[in-house]
Amino acid sequence: MTNENFIHFLFRLGDNSLILGQRLAEWCSKGPTLEEDVALTNISLDNFGQARMIFSKIAEMEDNGKSEDDYAFRRNEREFFNALITERPNGHFGDTIARSFLFDAFQYHFYTELCNSTNEFLAGLAEKSLKEVKYHVRHSGEWIVRLGDGTEESKKKIQESINDLWAYTGDMFATDSQIVALSEEGITPDYKAIQSNWKNTVKEVLTRATLTVPEDQYMQKGSLEGRHSEFLGHLLGDMQYLQRAYPDAKW
Amino acid sequence: MNNTITDTEKEIWEILDTIPDPEVPAISIVELGVIRKVTLERDKVTVNITPTYSGCPATERFKADIIEFLTKAGIENIELIMQYSPAWTTNWLTDEAKEKLRKYGIAPPIDGTEDKGFLFESGPKVVPCVKCNSKNTEVTSQFGSTACKSLYKCKDCLEPFEYFKCI
Repeated sequence: MTNENFIHFLFRLGDNSLILGQRLAEWCSKGPTLEEDVALTNISLDNFGQARMIFSKIAEMEDNGKSEDDYAFRRNEREFFNALITERPNGHFGDTIARSFLFDAFQYHFYTELCNSTNEFLAGLAEKSLKEVKYHVRHSGEWIVRLGDGTEESKKKIQESINDLWAYTGDMFATDSQIVALSEEGITPDYKAIQSNWKNTVKEVLTRATLTVPEDQYMQKGSLEGRHSEFLGHLLGDMQYLQRAYPDAKW
Repeated sequence: MNNTITDTEKEIWEILDTIPDPEVPAISIVELGVIRKVTLERDKVTVNITPTYSGCPATERFKADIIEFLTKAGIENIELIMQYSPAWTTNWLTDEAKEKLRKYGIAPPIDGTEDKGFLFESGPKVVPCVKCNSKNTEVTSQFGSTACKSLYKCKDCLEPFEYFKCI
């Protein structure tokens, strides 16, 4: 294992949590009900916490004076490796729930496998995060059923949300020779196995929700190399504004 | 010599036990189970902390409180170590702490067992009402005012209340 490979992998995990966390935080005070407002922002907070743990670890490994804040607020979009689905805009509530569910189901299976990592830090991170992710996937999964098996309109809308996001799901499982190498050492899980478990969960929930699993089509990709949709730049502009305008500002 | 060290460690635990949880002040941070280890080496005190939820904002607050309380007690050299593994669990809440939670109006975690259900495998647990003890309650939301709690409602006395959820 080279440190560089490992750090790239850590960025991928941390960026997933940070970017989805930021998207969910955008719901703050705009939730359809008070309970949902609180739920989405609680989940956002869990994601930020996971990102902080990971960025602190990177800071410790790189040991070049950077802090977790530098990684969150001073990197440009090409230096982010979050899965494309996490940066998709919130859209309406159903779009957000569909994005969360597709991603939470991935996180659940990913962290379940990562608990067996030979790397002590990753195994600990996975154990901690899994406890939180179980609540996330239950929340989004229950909403998928409620909306899919709800009214004619809610069913139509949530099906459209899932169809629209489907092309971004493949990117969550993207691998390259570096990740395969880490996986062969038992450090990272086998993404193929996770993808198959993920598909089963998605199928199970969508069936229960009387929804249709979309056909696999062309899948968007690029996050592993830091190639993103136009939405990430706007998200970062919002999230990083303060640290860019007032460098080193502290609470 | 050893006795002296043990006694001092015990004193540090006692000081820490006077620090209230910033979000649930009815219990101390020691009762919450987030203080995992206290070590004393010469004049240096090291405190290992395991946060409840990874994003819990209270963590920053009680880290500052630990420094403040220990500094007041005359300890100058303090190191706080964030220890993420093993992950915090509601099993670390003492029975006494659970009783304090109930009296404070928060339903304590049931059985101290982790809610292992994935997706629809197990429904929300039956949580007795903190006011009238009725078991005729329902979950309003799995997420509450803080990361560690969910929202319930009693269908008999109509009291809305919080439940300290199991993780």
